Amino acid sequence: MAEASFSASRVSKENLEKRLLSGKRAERGTETLIHMLLLAATVVSIATTLGIVFVLVNESFRFFQEVSVIEFLTGTKWTPRFQPSLFGVLPLVAGTVLVAAIAILVAAPVGLFTAIFLSEYAPNRLRRVVKPMLEILAGIPTVVYGYFALTFVTPLLQTFLFPDMIIFNALSAGLVMGVMIIPIVSSLSEDAMLAVPRSLREAAYALGATRFEVATRVVTPAALSGIVAAIILGLSRAIGETMLVTIAAGATPRLTIDPRESIQTMTAYIVQVGFGETPQGTTIYYTIFAVALLLFVMTLAMNILGHLVVRRWRQAY
Amino acid sequence: MATATAISAPPALSVRGLNLFYGGFQALKDVNLDIPPRKITAFIGPSGCGKSSLLRCMNRMNDLIRTARVEGQIMFDGENVYAEDADPTEIRFRIGMVFQKPNPFPKSIYDNVAFGPKLAGYKGDIGALVERCLRQAALWDEVKDRLKQSAYQLSGGQQQRLCIARTLALDPEIILMDEPCSALDPIATLAIEELMRELAPNYTIALVTHNMQQAARVSDYTTFMTVDDERSGYVVEFGETGEIFSMPKRKATEDYITGRFG
Repeated sequence: MAEASFSASRVSKENLEKRLLSGKRAERGTETLIHMLLLAATVVSIATTLGIVFVLVNESFRFFQEVSVIEFLTGTKWTPRFQPSLFGVLPLVAGTVLVAAIAILVAAPVGLFTAIFLSEYAPNRLRRVVKPMLEILAGIPTVVYGYFALTFVTPLLQTFLFPDMIIFNALSAGLVMGVMIIPIVSSLSEDAMLAVPRSLREAAYALGATRFEVATRVVTPAALSGIVAAIILGLSRAIGETMLVTIAAGATPRLTIDPRESIQTMTAYIVQVGFGETPQGTTIYYTIFAVALLLFVMTLAMNILGHLVVRRWRQAY
Repeated sequence: MATATAISAPPALSVRGLNLFYGGFQALKDVNLDIPPRKITAFIGPSGCGKSSLLRCMNRMNDLIRTARVEGQIMFDGENVYAEDADPTEIRFRIGMVFQKPNPFPKSIYDNVAFGPKLAGYKGDIGALVERCLRQAALWDEVKDRLKQSAYQLSGGQQQRLCIARTLALDPEIILMDEPCSALDPIATLAIEELMRELAPNYTIALVTHNMQQAARVSDYTTFMTVDDERSGYVVEFGETGEIFSMPKRKATEDYITGRFG
């Protein structure tokens, strides 16, 4: 035990001897305890992740014994509750992607401009007020956003833009979700911009750049890896978001790119089945895990893609 | 008596009654100075005497500090740099600056040099311009085969020459150099000093340095600055470099260059 903690906590032999000589034996015990505590904290999250992956794969396996992977991934009809039961997941994927795309179309530009404003234009005092306010936006429960989309934004869109649009639609949910993830994009982008050294800004100003040129030609490219990471994180959040789309986007799996239509996202489907009286062990019950596994793979793929993009475009300073 | 009176050509830059404040602190007090054209003018003096601050007044870089406030005039080409209608970006196109630490952009060597001309809307052949500036900065032979590579792959001395090339690309009339060698080794320092001498016939160079040997080696004129009891910087003496170092008129200057102070 003592040997293990000695090597793991990387105390040099010299230091250790000094400590022993100074009679601080108790410190070694404390150090071991702290070490174990920190390790345990780390293990909790890793073990949970592994556990979730295990359950998803395990239960999905049973689903794929009844429905082929090909049918699941390429089928264009999702009708698990009707006869004939069809398990083509594409309509759910399309719904998810549609809402997330609308959301990121709102959040990426607005979040980026907000970040540029806060890091390059706003005086310190204003930044200290605005940043916490933005973070409050991130703290609003998603159920509130859901009803905001359903009872405020949808009627607004119906009144001014699309009078024939039905009440549950992808557009309204996507727009509000976009607002919801603005703080993720802006806050992380701003951090990346603030980390760009002052000397680079000075170099650009000294070459006659205006404030806007400094922001767009020097700071944004130099902070690009952080900005891309922020957008990808926002996108992951959009894909995984559940409550908002369950409330506002509808419950109609439909393979469409028309945002005025009612759709169903992968997450909303999982909620629907979970709330329904679905007997354990049925095919419908196992669809939850297959859809969740696909969702997990999509998010994972995006994070990996994000890392690759960041590495490729990186402007290290 | 080859002092300031011996300068016949009109000055490239005239500082008149300049006071600089950072909030309530006065950093520069009543600076009056003529910078001779197409010569190297060195600024020496103890740390905190406002040499760099004075340099940063000349291209209005102090505008970036919110608490900075300037009184007085800096006349450049018949216009006051601090006039109400003066455009700082226009001034910075014509008065370039090289910084203490090499600060190339995290872009390719080529894009670093092309940055200024692109901002200024340069219509000519940018490739030819980049080559000319890199040659002028004595860097071309070292980088001609890797123009598309990141500037960060260059050594510190090469980076600083790249920063000089980047400044030259706007064809400025004046180049302000704020301790350009302080982050470089002696060999790289020598290369920059040689480069300054090569540029001197065509450009007005204002050089802040903490290295008196450097001032003595490269400059034509030297300005000695120091601080008063309130830690405000002021100009003690200006003259030909040879005179300042061999027979300074003020005791403060003599004490400083002989190492008795600062």
